[in-house]
Amino acid sequence: MNKHNHHEPLIRISKNDAMPWQKAWAIRGACILAAFIVCAVVIVFVTNLNPLQVFASMFEGSFGSERKIWIALQNTAILLCISLAVTPAFKMRFWNLGAEGQVLMGALATAACMINLSDLPSTAIIAISIGASLVSGLIWGVIPSLFKAKWNTNESLFTLMMNYVAIQLIAYFITFWENPKGSNTVGIINFNSEAGWIPAIFNQKYLFNILAVFILTFIMYVYLKHSKHGYEISVVGESENTARYIGINVKKTIIRTVAISGALCGFAGFLLVAGTGHTISTDTAGGQGFTAIMVSWLAKFNPIIMIFTSFLLVFLERGAGEIATAFRLNESVSEILSGIILFFIIGSEFFINYKVSIGKSKKEVN
Amino acid sequence: MANVAIELNNLTKTFGKVVANKNVSISVNKGEILSILGENGSGKTTLMNMIAGIYYPDSGSIRINGEDVTIRSPKDAFDLKIGMIHQHFKLVDVFSATENIVLGIDNQKYNIKVAEKSIRETCDKYGFEIDLNKKIYDMSVSEKQTVEIVKVLYRGADILILDEPTAVLTPQEITKLFAVLRRMRDDGKAIIIITHKLNEVLEISDRVSVLRKGEYIGTVETKDATEQSLTEMMVGEKISLDIDRPEPHDTTDRLIVKGVDCFNAEGVKVLDDITFTAKSGEILGIAGIAGSGQRELLEAVAGLQKLSGGEIIYKDPTSGKDENLRNKTPNEIKNLGVRLSFVPEDRLGMGLVGNMGIADNMMLRSYKKGKSFFLERKEPKSLANKIITDLKVVTPDANTPVRRLSGGNVQKVLVGREIAASPTVLMAAYPVRGLDINSSYTIYNLLTEQKEKGVAVIFVGEDLDVLIELCDRILVLSGGRVTGIVDGRSAKKEELGILMTKGKGGDTNE
Repeated sequence: MNKHNHHEPLIRISKNDAMPWQKAWAIRGACILAAFIVCAVVIVFVTNLNPLQVFASMFEGSFGSERKIWIALQNTAILLCISLAVTPAFKMRFWNLGAEGQVLMGALATAACMINLSDLPSTAIIAISIGASLVSGLIWGVIPSLFKAKWNTNESLFTLMMNYVAIQLIAYFITFWENPKGSNTVGIINFNSEAGWIPAIFNQKYLFNILAVFILTFIMYVYLKHSKHGYEISVVGESENTARYIGINVKKTIIRTVAISGALCGFAGFLLVAGTGHTISTDTAGGQGFTAIMVSWLAKFNPIIMIFTSFLLVFLERGAGEIATAFRLNESVSEILSGIILFFIIGSEFFINYKVSIGKSKKEVN
Repeated sequence: MANVAIELNNLTKTFGKVVANKNVSISVNKGEILSILGENGSGKTTLMNMIAGIYYPDSGSIRINGEDVTIRSPKDAFDLKIGMIHQHFKLVDVFSATENIVLGIDNQKYNIKVAEKSIRETCDKYGFEIDLNKKIYDMSVSEKQTVEIVKVLYRGADILILDEPTAVLTPQEITKLFAVLRRMRDDGKAIIIITHKLNEVLEISDRVSVLRKGEYIGTVETKDATEQSLTEMMVGEKISLDIDRPEPHDTTDRLIVKGVDCFNAEGVKVLDDITFTAKSGEILGIAGIAGSGQRELLEAVAGLQKLSGGEIIYKDPTSGKDENLRNKTPNEIKNLGVRLSFVPEDRLGMGLVGNMGIADNMMLRSYKKGKSFFLERKEPKSLANKIITDLKVVTPDANTPVRRLSGGNVQKVLVGREIAASPTVLMAAYPVRGLDINSSYTIYNLLTEQKEKGVAVIFVGEDLDVLIELCDRILVLSGGRVTGIVDGRSAKKEELGILMTKGKGGDTNE
């Protein structure tokens, strides 16, 4: 032994080749199982509860009753709608963190239409609301993209700040529309006339939202995968140099795509106000503009897979709420559990892409 | 065997399913220059990186001066007196040569004066010519390389590894480098040179070890080897090393570049009064040290650079009209009916989209066709399949992302697509960089074929031997200016080398 004889490394990480999908899914399954085991350990140590009961209650959150199923589906639809909206921009590597604000602007436009046009027939209000929400979301998205195209400003910061502007605008309008006076809320808009409310289909008040988003999912899938615009989005996202080289107008593509992204966020705002809440507050978007980014990335920008990833996130959120009420825990414990599950799901991708070898693999020669 | 400096026994390294090195056993003596010869992707650099502590072998052993050692990090390699000079220099731009050389050495009081004196001694001993107080950003590539070599010597390296040291140098600089290497050898250093240039192997090394596809093929004494015999070891089959160059016929002026000026984003003049004519039916070569304006020139013609002066006139062979391409976008150029094909230097960053399959990459050129809102995938797909069969592209299918293909196959896809557009002007920047010998010859033949069809071919190359063998005329760029246009059939390497450094102040070749 001389002084240069070091020990060999303990853990070595190397890139994996493309893996057959069965194996990849086996790894994902194993990771989810591991997540539940870790969750169980946490539950036992932190709360002294029976983990199986806790898991059961988690399922109750989304599947406990017909009403809960509808709520879960409705929440999925809204989250999915926002996720679809952010996807074209993200696929183009335009880091739109302003979905929250764009949704709020759509919601604001819808609320304005419902309040100010309440004498018109309901269908007319809905039609005008849709138009107004699309345009206001679009404007909110296009402003940062114009600055990006013209002066190459950082879109993440710009879009993020636009969220706060939107929140302040809404706070301002709430003082205008306050009902009853002094409550500092808008209350249910057109409570008696239901003017501008999306009507129930087959007696299901959320069905319109769900169907609309379902159709949108397929449209977005086709748009991204089979249209010339979708192709341009992919090329610009992969490499702006390539885009310029083949004669794509990069600025035009960026502005057009962000416009679509913003408009769809605005549409989600419309669904939230006219279809779900029938009111508006600074919490109307509820952080979903950010959750949507995760949905989109988890699905690797595939709209069809987003159906599942958005449902997964809604399921975790609903489950967390259910656990909190059923066992009288504070919300944080259930959030820890959702956090663990998400951590493992995202972590599974690491084990699919990389191979980890531990300890002695070096064969002795000589 | 006291004379053996370093001995590798059955080294194996895999990356996923790719076997980069398989049971490689090589030894180098003190006072010897060993060339490691192999095509791109044959595992030369991986092997050296294992000695330098960047990779860790899966199996096998390394012995230094007869003792078994484990090299886990570049620090370990440094302790063992191994010094590697990488292809991409690892220097701090804003520091001077001396500061870079002493950087990171511990156990000594930092005294730049004393350090400089002993660095100077090292330089004098081996005959390095270098201004130790010059900042790196003021240096030419060859000077930077010198700093790297002095750095490892100053740290006391006895075993030196040079990864493709000549790739970026002019013929004159190569001669100088070789003189220095010989002096180091005579001083008892063990030197390993990684290269794929046969003439250099024969000129500098004492022995040659050949790798092919990660496997160790064998070691021969240089005096017993010829270019032909080494090629056979490297490729595994007999191949002809001659490039066919038919005489150009029916040439007419196709592209006339007049007084073109261009500034880059930093405001530096990158093209200075460039004037030349590219003719149909001939290959115009462009030679020059990397970064002499080659990229900007081709991009200017392709509509990707804004010019501050000059004209680019395209003579349309069908209508006979003259079109000025200056400051037109690629789209506008295309809409004028100019059939311009361009194989850019950055294949996966500009020419192709790495994450798309071959078929979708074919679509880059054609997707706009037709009024439909939707994409038409049939034609690109059949074009993709045609290129796969015609050019023997090795790929699982037309939908495999092109970034997973080897360099040669990526280039075949790109060149294939550009030729399929039946161009009247074909520009190719470094089209064989990183390619194996067989693929390189495929590309040369494709270019010659286009020339025979009456296409005006512009070929930017780095290997002067190839430029001289392939091109009808060679234009030399130096610092953004044209320093000469010579006849390919009578040009000499040395002559090109002088033109390549002409008009550049402060260079080592004055």
